[in-house]
Amino acid sequence: MEFPKNLRYTKDHEWARKDAGKIVVGVSAFAVEQLGDITQVDLPEVGAEVKAGATFGTIESVKSVSDLYAPISGKVLAINEELADKPELVNESCYEKGWMVELAPSGNEYDSLLDVAAYSKLVAEHQ
Amino acid sequence: MRYLPHTQDDIARMLRLIGAPSVDALFASIPEPLRLKRPLELPAPLAEAQLLEELRALAIKNHPQSRATGALVFAGAGAHPHYIPSAVDALSSRSEFYTAYTPYQPELSQGTLLSIFEFQTMVAELFGMAVANASMYDGASAAAEAVLMARRLTGRSRALLAPGLHPEYAQTCVTYLSGMPLAGGGSPIARLPLSANGLTDLAALREGLAAGDVACVLVQTPSFFGTLEDLAPIAEATHAAGALLCSVTTEPLALALCKAPGDAGADLAVGEGLGLAGPLNLGGPGVGLFAVRDKRAVRAMPGRLVGETVDSQGRPGYVLTLSTREQHIRREKATSNICTNHGLFALRLAIHLSLLGKTGFEALARQNLAKTVFARDLLAEHGLRPRFPGAPFFNELALAVPGGDADAVVRQCARRGVVPGVALGRFFPELKDTLLVAVNETHSREDLIRLAKSMKTIA
Amino acid sequence: MSTPETKSLLVQEAPIFVQSTPGRSGASLPALDVPAVDVAALWPAALRRERLPELPEVSEPEVVRHYTRASLWNFHIDKGMYPLGSCTMKYNPKSADAAAAIPGLTMLHPYQPEDQLQGALAMIHELEGYLARIAGFARVTLQPSAGAHGELCGLMLIRAYHEDRGKRRSKVLIPDTAHGTNPASCTVNGFSTVPLATSELGYLTPEAVKAVLDDDVAAIMITNPNTLGLFEERIAEIAELVHGAGGLVYMDGANLNALLGRFRPGDAGVDVMHFNLHKTFATPHGGGGPGSGPVGVGEKLVPFLPIPTVEKRADGSYALDQERPKSIGRLRAFLGNYGVMLRAYAYIRELGGEGLKQATEMAVLNANYLRASLRELLHVPFPDRCMHEVIASDHDLKATGVTTLDIAKRLMDYGFHPPTVYFPLVVHGALMIEPTETETPQTLDCFVAALREIVDDARQSPERVKSAPQSTGLGRLNETLAARKPKLRFGGEE
Repeated sequence: MEFPKNLRYTKDHEWARKDAGKIVVGVSAFAVEQLGDITQVDLPEVGAEVKAGATFGTIESVKSVSDLYAPISGKVLAINEELADKPELVNESCYEKGWMVELAPSGNEYDSLLDVAAYSKLVAEHQ
Repeated sequence: MRYLPHTQDDIARMLRLIGAPSVDALFASIPEPLRLKRPLELPAPLAEAQLLEELRALAIKNHPQSRATGALVFAGAGAHPHYIPSAVDALSSRSEFYTAYTPYQPELSQGTLLSIFEFQTMVAELFGMAVANASMYDGASAAAEAVLMARRLTGRSRALLAPGLHPEYAQTCVTYLSGMPLAGGGSPIARLPLSANGLTDLAALREGLAAGDVACVLVQTPSFFGTLEDLAPIAEATHAAGALLCSVTTEPLALALCKAPGDAGADLAVGEGLGLAGPLNLGGPGVGLFAVRDKRAVRAMPGRLVGETVDSQGRPGYVLTLSTREQHIRREKATSNICTNHGLFALRLAIHLSLLGKTGFEALARQNLAKTVFARDLLAEHGLRPRFPGAPFFNELALAVPGGDADAVVRQCARRGVVPGVALGRFFPELKDTLLVAVNETHSREDLIRLAKSMKTIA
Repeated sequence: MSTPETKSLLVQEAPIFVQSTPGRSGASLPALDVPAVDVAALWPAALRRERLPELPEVSEPEVVRHYTRASLWNFHIDKGMYPLGSCTMKYNPKSADAAAAIPGLTMLHPYQPEDQLQGALAMIHELEGYLARIAGFARVTLQPSAGAHGELCGLMLIRAYHEDRGKRRSKVLIPDTAHGTNPASCTVNGFSTVPLATSELGYLTPEAVKAVLDDDVAAIMITNPNTLGLFEERIAEIAELVHGAGGLVYMDGANLNALLGRFRPGDAGVDVMHFNLHKTFATPHGGGGPGSGPVGVGEKLVPFLPIPTVEKRADGSYALDQERPKSIGRLRAFLGNYGVMLRAYAYIRELGGEGLKQATEMAVLNANYLRASLRELLHVPFPDRCMHEVIASDHDLKATGVTTLDIAKRLMDYGFHPPTVYFPLVVHGALMIEPTETETPQTLDCFVAALREIVDDARQSPERVKSAPQSTGLGRLNETLAARKPKLRFGGEE
């Protein structure tokens, strides 16, 4: 499995992308493969504060519920409203249309997230 | 033992394959000191004929309502014994429904799933709500679950109960919330005081809501006293305080004529289908009803839900859905711990409602109302007066008895083969004079006259 | 469309609303023998319904045909083996149904005077005694409506016990093999849960308990036999440990069918346990309920039992006790699921003590027979022993792409209901098989033969397994669509 090189990752399979000072967050293709068909994504409200390593929402398939862990600490600037009606976007386009939240970082945890090489290695160990 | 097929040869062959010397050896993992070394102390086994004889002997120690023996019962109070058509028994006792498990494998359970889908539709329709679930245990536990759901939705802790809520429902709510006392101690469940007309007093309600910590208000209509609540102003006051309104209906037949709770602004509706799914069976099993007006609230609902979908070839079919709310997946974070529900009685209610249909349901309700009006007038002649005068009623009457001792009236009438109703002193010390009389289509004019006559010497 | 689709004898039944024809009704009402009333004259407009509820408009024959056709779409225990693990799908005796249909037992109102209900109250009192003696408890409440309701009741009793002793305890220890209702019941009653890992041998150890035991632990909840089908061999030691720390021991009695006449939980230090009458005592499941979940307790929890209880008076009559000062209160309206109790009572009377013990023995024999037959065929994580159920998994079929779900669906084509799948969670891809005592060894042989063919197919023509079921009228149903676009009522939008 190949992962985009421009992203950073967590060991819990979220990705983070730096975008003009903001950080966009979603889940990796590996996570999507493990979960199967996504049926529901529960996200925090805009304005909420999230903490690195803590849950910020849940993602559901027909027979499972998994927590989503924030890669970094910060304030929620936007959430992907489209996922409410179209959770399948996470399956179809997990790095683009299936993004989840946009955060204003409050620290510099981004720099210590896994790079693509480290994350690829972690996934390979999983398999 | 006729249910056990194993012959001695079968057992010997099976033990050989297992590689065990004896059946006893299969229980070797029970530590020796813990093994039961004497027979269970139970009565000797019975053949079927003996068993049925024993049970018939038990049955004659009971007094069911019966034209043959002259026993006549006017008890309701949350358990309204309507006539159950033979087709309900015939269909629900088909072992295809009766001996199936929860429909976890949809390809083998379409009959159960389809009937629950119909049940959900009918319950939602009766209540004027968007979605109903596949059933709860009973109305009381459904009411308690509604409080828990309202707490989740609002993030608030308390519930206010209308004075006309069935007292056993109120007790059930208190028990369910016993593990979640308020921060300063005390129960999060509070009951509004009994008002002069037995209905919810808007001023008392607003006062109760003033602190802004109420998650929901539970209002029963028709109330425990048989009277009808006007839900719309209650909903308005409740919503103004940021709380949710949950209606409670222990006699769903009333919904043929009464404004649907959803149309009056209730957010949640719960109820009990026992009387229409029957027989009463001493009050259980019946079927708990649970519905929500806003379908976005579905994910906070307790219990199972059946949804329509398609199969691998695009043909319509039904499945249990949104299961991630439930205990077997979300475990300690589930919306409820309920697993087994009252599916068979949900089926029975759906079959009965299908038989009645739109027009029959209304006609049945009109008969109930007409007989109750007749009974009221007849009993008034014997000095029984409405305890809450002026309040509109459906098929149950709270009446003050002459002499002021309703319990004594019950005892005297019972000696004449008539159970005239339920004496309310057992629930409300201040209502010792009140008899709750339930009338329905099974009571003929003659029955009602006999009810009135059975009071005669008492008055 | 006004008539159901009838292409063949394979049923495709549409919701009954589709058949609705304005003006039809299957109602049978007596002629009104009192004056009719005008609702509008009695009730103000604000209380009146403007639009009748949209119930179907159909005749009785249409209703009968609809529900009969729908029923034919179901699998059920009278049709074939239904080996759902932890569900104890045994044969439901017809005699119990006949017993529970006697009008003098069923047409009873809960608020009739007690002297009119003496037969019913006697039955409840007797059944309480039977269950107490079967499991070794001081008393049993028959109020809870189902197993999970019983769990909730048991936890409330535990809370009340500690509070009565002036202590609040907030944690409950739960093994990772537990049914999902255990942790959910804890949450509903405000307890937090502490997971306990099962040892490699498949059972709980005192060491694992000791590691998390402190004076904030209210209780431990143990399922025995556990959901791996194994007897918790160290239950007595664990009970002693927990008691030593001031906690109580709750046993989930869902698997009691493995123990009748062989082991009484009350004798091993269990303080409180729920029974499932709809499992162990053969009452029908009704497509998902009703059940009944009585709760047995040792002496120290008796004062806290829910109201009402049925008491026998000195004169031999029976009465309800609603005034129990230390009671946890009421769990539901009325007197519990009496209709279910009647069937369980009939079952116990018909079998007697020796019959119940034999039932357990044959249930355990059947499960062990399957274990011995299956271990050559599938991965059986605990191949050397089991009680009433055995766990297998799809572990050895990884290379074929065939999963537990495929095996389950393919079993349908052989006329079997699949076992419980993907539970317990500690075994990846689990198939949890509980044959019960009422299956013949010949049926078990057919079940094993079916699995053998499925495993062979998985290796040689996996598509045949993955495209199952073929013989059920409908193919696999799209659960993802159902969850993404919930359509939860007929005619509902979306």
